[in-house]
Amino acid sequence: MSEEQVKKDPEKEKMKVKSIKKMKEIMTAYYIDAKTATQNGKKVGWITSGGPVEPLIAMDVIPVYPENHGAMIGASKMGVDLCEKAEDMGYCRDLCSYARSDIAASPVNGGPIGGLPAPDFLVCCNNICGTVLKWYEVQARYYKVPLFIFDTPFCHTEFSSEARQYVRSQIDEYIHFLEGVCGKKFDMDKMKEVGRLSLQGQRLWQDVLDTAMNKPAPMSAFDAFFHLALIVTLRGTQTAVDYYTMLLAEMKDRAAQKIGAVPNERYRLLWDNLPIWFKTKWLSDKFASYGACLVADTYTSAWCGALDYLDENDFLGSMVEGYTRIYLNIGVDEMLKIIKKMIKKYDVDGFVMHSNRSCKPYSLGQYDIMKTLQREMGLPSLMIEADMVDERAWSESQIETRIDAFMEIIKQKKG
Amino acid sequence: MNTIRQFHDVINDSNGYARRIKKDSGKKILGYFCSYTPEEIIHAAGVHPLRLFGTRSAIAHADAHLQAYSCSLVRGVLEEALAGRLEFLDGAVFPHTCDSIQRLSDIWRLNLKFSFHSDVVLPVKLDTPSARKYMADVLRKFRRELEMGLGQSITDAQLSKSIKTFNTIKRALGKIYMLRSANPGMISGADVYALVKGAMIMDRADAAERLTAVATELENAKAVKGDSKKRIVVSGGLCDHADIYSIIEKSGGAVVWDDLCTGSRYFEGLVSEDGDPIEALADRFTERVVCPAKHSSVSARGDNIVRIAKEHRASGVIFLLLKFCDPHSFDYPYMKEMLDREGVPSMLMEIEQDLPSEGQLSTRFEAFIEMLR
Repeated sequence: MSEEQVKKDPEKEKMKVKSIKKMKEIMTAYYIDAKTATQNGKKVGWITSGGPVEPLIAMDVIPVYPENHGAMIGASKMGVDLCEKAEDMGYCRDLCSYARSDIAASPVNGGPIGGLPAPDFLVCCNNICGTVLKWYEVQARYYKVPLFIFDTPFCHTEFSSEARQYVRSQIDEYIHFLEGVCGKKFDMDKMKEVGRLSLQGQRLWQDVLDTAMNKPAPMSAFDAFFHLALIVTLRGTQTAVDYYTMLLAEMKDRAAQKIGAVPNERYRLLWDNLPIWFKTKWLSDKFASYGACLVADTYTSAWCGALDYLDENDFLGSMVEGYTRIYLNIGVDEMLKIIKKMIKKYDVDGFVMHSNRSCKPYSLGQYDIMKTLQREMGLPSLMIEADMVDERAWSESQIETRIDAFMEIIKQKKG
Repeated sequence: MNTIRQFHDVINDSNGYARRIKKDSGKKILGYFCSYTPEEIIHAAGVHPLRLFGTRSAIAHADAHLQAYSCSLVRGVLEEALAGRLEFLDGAVFPHTCDSIQRLSDIWRLNLKFSFHSDVVLPVKLDTPSARKYMADVLRKFRRELEMGLGQSITDAQLSKSIKTFNTIKRALGKIYMLRSANPGMISGADVYALVKGAMIMDRADAAERLTAVATELENAKAVKGDSKKRIVVSGGLCDHADIYSIIEKSGGAVVWDDLCTGSRYFEGLVSEDGDPIEALADRFTERVVCPAKHSSVSARGDNIVRIAKEHRASGVIFLLLKFCDPHSFDYPYMKEMLDREGVPSMLMEIEQDLPSEGQLSTRFEAFIEMLR
């Protein structure tokens, strides 16, 4: 059927986020660049999603994110096949499904984009988990490339002065490492500019997410999961700044026109943990059927959570704090404080937690968070046991029943 | 041997033993979970360091805090504490290792009201000068926290004395392992397990003395002749099961060495008894064979298992991995591959606190051991 033959529903058209098209173009161009890097004399550096990418951008390296790859594999429902391949390679089924699917994709060029471009080097920042260390060791052995570990000591209750010094010295080591693998001098002026753009991008991303404070929320967490890609992959570039400027304008416009992400928004919910990539549409529709909008989430806001620590005038120096004190690298009670703030800020009626088998740092502690929110704020919570990529950990009828029961509670409470 | 019996008695009722220590000596007791705990510093403060293992009881309380995909060690120790069976503890020490222990620390701190709680946030990478410096800094910080918590100072002299005590323990365990490797029939795997575990539970001066005596006794014992059992090396996290060793022996194998956190990774590499004691501890933690949650090189653990297999002429390696232990599971495929390349067969056995039936274990071990040359 050609486009002319389809009669577009104007109401539905109004609901659609227009920036999506631009985003797809940018991401396609980015992956083409990354895949043709060698022909263009550019280096490819793989980096963890929470890692300090700005120095890579300043060195004109193309950063590639295996975690983003994992998300794409999950969203395109290719996770089970690749996870099973990893299991055949000897990796236990209980391991992180991002890691399993990425490790399995390497030797077969698997996944929706036919595998990631091979890295010239790897940068692993353990501020999100200990799993990335093991994952990157696997890839360092497979690709036989240098691995830089950016070690950010966990802040249970504090960021000690000892840890601070240690991370500070690693920034110099990181730059020295990059000069070695890139075979050129680090350009401090360029770094300053990249730092400025990174901060600008993060501020814009925060502003975009903040538009969900409007009622109805012009965007949902499911939209945020999609639009997140650039603040992860192209943070520190003009491209990201331009895109989020455009997206922000669109969201503000939707808010002004009272166009909600969910038609007839009645309930507002907060999402916790990574998305269940293969079920975002289903979940979005399911909650929307109750007039419930997941207006915010703890996951995508992590990419602007360090704004308070970053300093445009000393970006490299402020990376010490900005990259160590991120959402997952802090104690459960610190995370809880942030969640409570979000509950108030976005005025939510309930909390939806994804208990993610793949992500222990994110998931262990959720029961305590749930109980405290119930006790201190009387906020109802729902826990969905699943996995971000491995569909075998999804049991739809059970989850649907729990969502129905949860929405009943929310309804009764709010009326 | 009577001494070995005493170790079995201690480990069979470690909580009871800890209560007696407290009652008899008035010592404070700090629990810990991992071989990266600076026991020497705790001991130098006059505090008894007690390694906590999982639980032998059913999980009734921990499930309200930890998902089912947490390992049985993490769930088990939390269960013991929440059930009130660790009431004799004055606190716990959490060295930074894996994601699960990291969150256990938070959950422990938020739900249990012991007076002392310390996170020793060690570096994860150990192969750079700045990490080495940070290692010493963190150990000094821990020493200060302990001093503050106890309201007393820990002198260098006390530290040096403790280091000597722990070195004596580690030297004795090393010797017992070497003697067993030379003559596997002389002591059972279950007995060696009791000695190692006991060394992490018993009063340390006592343990040092007894282990040294056991080592001497074994040294003077006559060699057991003509042992036809296959030489097995066990690799993994912790093995808290005497039965595993007995079943391996019944299946025709003899454990001659291990790569376990409750084994060679605990005792290999002594702390220097010269110079600044904290720097000496930092050196040992930096240079010891790594746990998979730490990084010293991309092939450190693979190189190590191959070295062990060669040095101890292993016929085969049994990987005993705790279910849901991510760091170990990630290392298994490449370690197996490195062993394959050296022609050393291996098998994988996933374990939890509750073991499968003896019959099931025997079947698997027998099948593996039978095919070994």
